[in-house]
Amino acid sequence: MNEVKKAVISVLGADRKGIIAGVSRILFENDANILDISQTIVSGLFSMILIADIGSTQCSFDALKSQLDALGRELCLQIRIQRSEIFEAMHQI
Amino acid sequence: MIHTSEILETLQMIDHQKLDVRTITMGISLLGCVSDDERRLCDNIYDTITRRAERLVKVGEDIEREFGVPIVNKRISVTPAALVTGAIRNPVEVAVTLDRAAKATGVNFIGGYSALVHKDMTAADRRLIESIPEALSRTDFLCSSVNVGSTRAGINMDAVRLMGEVIRQTAAATRETGGLGCAKLVVFCNAVEDNPFMAGAFHGPGEGDCAVSVGVSGPGVVKVALEKVKGRPFDEVAETIKRTAFHITRVGQLVAREASRRLDAPFGIVDLSLAPTPAVGDSVAAILEEMGLEVCGAHGTTAALALLNDAVKKGGVMASSHVGGLSGAFIPVSEDNGMIEAARRGALSLEKLEAMTCVCSVGLDMIAIPGDTPAETIAGIIADEAAIGMVNSKTTAVRVIPAPGKDVGDDVAFGGLLGHAPVIPVRTLDSAAFIHRGGRIPAPLHSLRN
Repeated sequence: MNEVKKAVISVLGADRKGIIAGVSRILFENDANILDISQTIVSGLFSMILIADIGSTQCSFDALKSQLDALGRELCLQIRIQRSEIFEAMHQI
Repeated sequence: MIHTSEILETLQMIDHQKLDVRTITMGISLLGCVSDDERRLCDNIYDTITRRAERLVKVGEDIEREFGVPIVNKRISVTPAALVTGAIRNPVEVAVTLDRAAKATGVNFIGGYSALVHKDMTAADRRLIESIPEALSRTDFLCSSVNVGSTRAGINMDAVRLMGEVIRQTAAATRETGGLGCAKLVVFCNAVEDNPFMAGAFHGPGEGDCAVSVGVSGPGVVKVALEKVKGRPFDEVAETIKRTAFHITRVGQLVAREASRRLDAPFGIVDLSLAPTPAVGDSVAAILEEMGLEVCGAHGTTAALALLNDAVKKGGVMASSHVGGLSGAFIPVSEDNGMIEAARRGALSLEKLEAMTCVCSVGLDMIAIPGDTPAETIAGIIADEAAIGMVNSKTTAVRVIPAPGKDVGDDVAFGGLLGHAPVIPVRTLDSAAFIHRGGRIPAPLHSLRN
């Protein structure tokens, strides 16, 4: 069992088919486990925050990032992956 | 669990409010490099720096990518060079070596071509100070600083006089770039040993072999936070700044810890400074104006800055395990869009800026003055600023650029983060007889304070 290493994936852009499918397929293929997902659409603008465990030894942050970057370009969305510590540091004491 | 709104708030700060970590600075001791052989000294220095800082830039970029927060600069500070050049004739070779080491490691500045002469100077200190104009004209990334006074020692007026001349000579030596050398030269009173910000960074003699320190930033984030309390009393303004500073500093602390771990070097400090850049939305002046001033420099500016400076520290202190460096709001004129505009409108005079330095870090910073300003007048400016630092037990500094061939109203561009500035007037009254007295202004009394 590997130590849990959390990443936050945020997706912003115009709504279209296949966003969740695309992101979750990349996560699955990189052996990342989705822990939480929240999604809203406000006047056609799609926003999704997904928290995943990327602690598996099969999972490389850089590989994940470059695949998500490529998907973002393909779907004309802003897709970002960041280690969760930045958010925890800022908002939790 | 992290809340969605918190994640979005952080993304907003990074994307639209220019939240960033201004610098990761690795402090490196050169005390072990000492030799009376110039070649060997330079080789030792080059090897020590390139070995210690080999991975600094890469680690900085890795952290930036993984955490998704920009880390604008990666820098190196070293032991004040005057402390290691005592046995050689020409310290300029060390300056060139430091510059070469900076280029090899990929950092954008290296600080520490420095001398600490607040009480008196050694022959080595004098040689180093006199070599500054040549050193800064022969290097690209080197920064230099000289500490001419302290609360405990008083002000070394011989050093103040010398620095007036050195600043003039540095401007002349770097004439083709508008006197750019002076933008990399700071004269301090009460210099701190662990400052990660350039141009005044050096790795003080009280430090260990190596330390990783971080300077945070984020004037844009504070400005946006204050937009939400428009017209409210100052109590709410202070609370808002404190809360915002806490968030910003937590990012700095996280980055510092992570960099220290990955570089296998001790964590030094987080410097809680609000450091502006010339970019729109990254201005300290804009924060003061958001508080209700028509323009930075209006009456009330000093009070606004005092509140800002104090609230940033109060909010930041709890967010970091070790706070140090300069820690306060910076007011570099050429590096802050709002300050540039205020100076252009004539709202910011040297006198107003001097008053502002009484309540914030760090001093008269990045101010372009007429190119024909006499060395004694520059020394007078330094003496006044050092006196403020000495009496108030705080760090003050002078980084002025007597722009060659330029006069009041002209604009001088330094490029990049150093920005550009309109030349502002200095008093044309004569200070020469005062400056030529030399000697030392005694340390102030710090008891009987009633």
